[in-house]
Amino acid sequence: METTAAPLPPNPDPCLNVEITPELVAQHGLLPEEYERILGILGRTPNLTELGIFSVMWSEHCAYKNTRKLLKLFPTEKKDKDAIGQVLVKAGDENAGVIDVGEGWGVAFKIESHNHPSAIEPFEGAATGVGGIVRDIFTMGARPVLLTNSLRFGSLESSQVKRLFRGVVSGISHYGNCLGIPNMGGDVYFDDCYEGNPLVNALCAGILRHEEIQKGAATGVGNPVYYVGPGTGRDGLGGASFASRELTEESAEDRPAVQKGDPFMEKLLLEACLEMMSIPGLVVGIQDMGAAGLTCSTCETASRGDSGIEIDLDLVPQRETGMNSYEIMLSESQERMLVIVAKGRERELEEVFEKWDLHAAHIGEVKEGNRMVVRQKGVVVADLPAKSLTDEAPIYDQPATEPAHLAMAREWKVDSIPELGQEAVEGALLGLLTHPTIASKRWIWKQYDHMVMSGCTVEPGSDAGVVKLSIAGINKYLAIANDCNNRFCYLDPYTGAQIAFVECMRNLACSGARALAVTDNLNFGNPNKPEAYHMLKECVKGLADACAHFDVPVVGGNVSLYNEHGEGAIDPTPVVSMVGLIDHPDRVTRSGVKDSGLELILLGGLPDELGGSYYLQSAFNKKEGTCPKVDLDAEMNLQNLLIGQIEEGRICAAHDLSEGGLLVCLAEMLFDAHGIGASVSLPDLGSSGRLDALLFGESQARAIIAVKPEKCDAVIQAAKNLGVSAHAMGKTDDSSQLKVEVAGTSVINSDVSGLKNAWESAIPKHMEIA
Amino acid sequence: MKVAIIQFPGSNCDWDAEHSVQNVIGLPAGRVWHKDPLPEGVEAVIVPGGFSFGDYLRCGAIARFSPIMSDLQSFADQGGQVLGICNGFQILCESGLLPGALVRNDCMEFRCLNQSLKVEDSNERFNTEALAAQLTLPIAHGEGNYRADTEVLTDLEANNQVLLRYAPNPNGSINDIAGIRNQAGNVYGMMPHPERAVESHHPCLDGLPVLRAFLQPLLQSSPVQLSA
Repeated sequence: METTAAPLPPNPDPCLNVEITPELVAQHGLLPEEYERILGILGRTPNLTELGIFSVMWSEHCAYKNTRKLLKLFPTEKKDKDAIGQVLVKAGDENAGVIDVGEGWGVAFKIESHNHPSAIEPFEGAATGVGGIVRDIFTMGARPVLLTNSLRFGSLESSQVKRLFRGVVSGISHYGNCLGIPNMGGDVYFDDCYEGNPLVNALCAGILRHEEIQKGAATGVGNPVYYVGPGTGRDGLGGASFASRELTEESAEDRPAVQKGDPFMEKLLLEACLEMMSIPGLVVGIQDMGAAGLTCSTCETASRGDSGIEIDLDLVPQRETGMNSYEIMLSESQERMLVIVAKGRERELEEVFEKWDLHAAHIGEVKEGNRMVVRQKGVVVADLPAKSLTDEAPIYDQPATEPAHLAMAREWKVDSIPELGQEAVEGALLGLLTHPTIASKRWIWKQYDHMVMSGCTVEPGSDAGVVKLSIAGINKYLAIANDCNNRFCYLDPYTGAQIAFVECMRNLACSGARALAVTDNLNFGNPNKPEAYHMLKECVKGLADACAHFDVPVVGGNVSLYNEHGEGAIDPTPVVSMVGLIDHPDRVTRSGVKDSGLELILLGGLPDELGGSYYLQSAFNKKEGTCPKVDLDAEMNLQNLLIGQIEEGRICAAHDLSEGGLLVCLAEMLFDAHGIGASVSLPDLGSSGRLDALLFGESQARAIIAVKPEKCDAVIQAAKNLGVSAHAMGKTDDSSQLKVEVAGTSVINSDVSGLKNAWESAIPKHMEIA
Repeated sequence: MKVAIIQFPGSNCDWDAEHSVQNVIGLPAGRVWHKDPLPEGVEAVIVPGGFSFGDYLRCGAIARFSPIMSDLQSFADQGGQVLGICNGFQILCESGLLPGALVRNDCMEFRCLNQSLKVEDSNERFNTEALAAQLTLPIAHGEGNYRADTEVLTDLEANNQVLLRYAPNPNGSINDIAGIRNQAGNVYGMMPHPERAVESHHPCLDGLPVLRAFLQPLLQSSPVQLSA
């Protein structure tokens, strides 16, 4: 590559004036051809600071270079322009997407991963994961109203996993509780594939008026650029590129790449920023300093604003002495923001930050042109076209090969599994109820303040968490659910991703909420391995097709690749999170039954598929089989029925069939109220002719509802009209016993409190300090 | 405003407290920044929950030096009604307006749950008749384990200064203490959150009688409609 442009002057720190060798380029995670492209863009050799800047901005974490093409498959707007939930800010345009929830209000929400940091430093990794996503939300101008997490760990038999699990939960608890944002729980799975590479995906949702939506663009030549929040230190150096590598035994040495969080600083920053943004016309643009810190926020705001930007590092508040330009630009110190303010109104911003005792440093200006210029000690230390960092990263279409185990899964025959005798049903049920994935997660969420802000309406543990939007003064309820069963995604990535989607949406429907939009977190292995890339591609296709079918757009999300450790990649884990809206308090529905004498109706037909089920895991330690079928139309009919009947006031409780199948679903419905039992009769074994598939199979598009006897006929008629199979199975009673008959023969008669105790104590037993 | 809610940096139940007093109970309430003076005409003060100053050093240890604390001290000295909830209780203990201290839960973890409480016959406002013998209120704290030396504890019990006791005890608090008052009977502190149990979507409405008991002198002087 010919280099014709004049080189930059030497950096004031002599350590940085080194020759850019191929080794140095490789250490920065850049391929030789990517470096060639940088030479082409600059017309000269980059200096070390510039190389560092390219390395973080062109990392997978910031540039989505392996996934950008795939992400284009997701619908980003609603097709039905009259439906509630229109997209106000689309995926990828700003720090988070925003959807309309009516009456002039919008909801900003997004999920983001902090997997690699949490694997190394579980407490700080998870805590700063919460901090990062909360900043993304209030940067949009929204008041955060809820948090959830999607967590994945290895088996709790391992002491290493227990340490990670305890650390992650306490990190989330520490940070979120201090901020005072209710944490509504979320989904947590335990599977050996996450041993050594846990997943920590944190979601935040916030509420704002349409006219309060803020942009992350640097516009208006001459407008001052402010740095607000605590000083910059050497922590989190190059975190974005760290997150774009596989974890290895040596990853612990990357500990400096993990940031340290201070939730108190974040709380001050949150309040100060919202106060500042409430002053009309003051803020021109705002962006949080998350991944790639000062680098990302300056070049992204300039790029979005089609402007140039100049900053002077001598003016950046620093909490360590002698930091050079490389360190300041790449630091991921937490709780910092970049704000572009209307020229002449600087004092108004400074007064707000003085009130909150936070730094507000005027570090630069919006400029003509398109360059991002960084100075230190009077010397230009970086001078790059801003858009080259954000828009010109290489985009790869990786080769994909179907892994061999997928064909095996398709050809699997259920005959390889010994039949379940009726005498073994109770044992099998207990095995499932005590599997940490299915067991009560109370041990986790009793450490989260889920009641702060006075909005908690359905506490964690039901199908969806629900908060009342009291703080906005409106009588609406926001419901949130997360889902992704990795076992199905492993066996059939396309269908597995669709199951994550439909199950998540079904959870909302069971809660009485109409789904509005999705944020997704794609957690996968190394995309440079064709088999891993195949799984990624198929999951994205499956998810995109489901989104389009239900007209539920994706408004943002996150991609986390390179989730590999020792033995190989994690199972594909495209976490789907969905927000829904309930517009009347009477429609808020829980999964737990409160009364005796209610009819229990199974919707969707008798389950008949055993492949991929948790029963195969808990009884046979097997991850195999054909993934259950997904029929998107049947699913839509079921959900329309659920929401319609809830709106008619006919449903007292609703719970979807998922991990553990029918019997687990039924048992869980009885765990909420003391002394409740149920007596249920199923006509036959169903189309599989197998007791295990009937009781524990995880066939989709199914739910159990509890209705008052006088409403039963109307519900069954409504189901018939929608073509949904509805079978009145029996009633709840005061017996405290769970009794199930199949074809006239009793298969279980168990004390509910015994089952509940096993379900509730499973995780605490693992976590007791010996 | 008649009821002032003090906002420290790191307070996070200030909105909740204001909402419960202003919109549910119906008394004019407002938030007062910790660097500002206590406004004239205020008849009751709530020190809300949260993590004032990040709970650095010790819960409430930095907040006690905030500018507003000298106003609060004189307000309390003149018989003004003061209620500290959760972090507010910790601040009142640190500042000496209430005796004792709150330390880390004995389980060493944060606890957020609906807590059963036994009501004590403490005075004419906080007793089993006014509040019911048993209450359920949300708790959400990592440091709610009440501690006091034998002398203080003997005095508290002898003077019927214990308002509420945990049943069962979630945090190791001595004598199961969940809330207390001062000897004069105008300063109250409790770890449970009455402001989170006042509306139909809350787990219960048991917070209403507690807040009304605290605000009774104001409610008597200005009758209001309860909207809950």
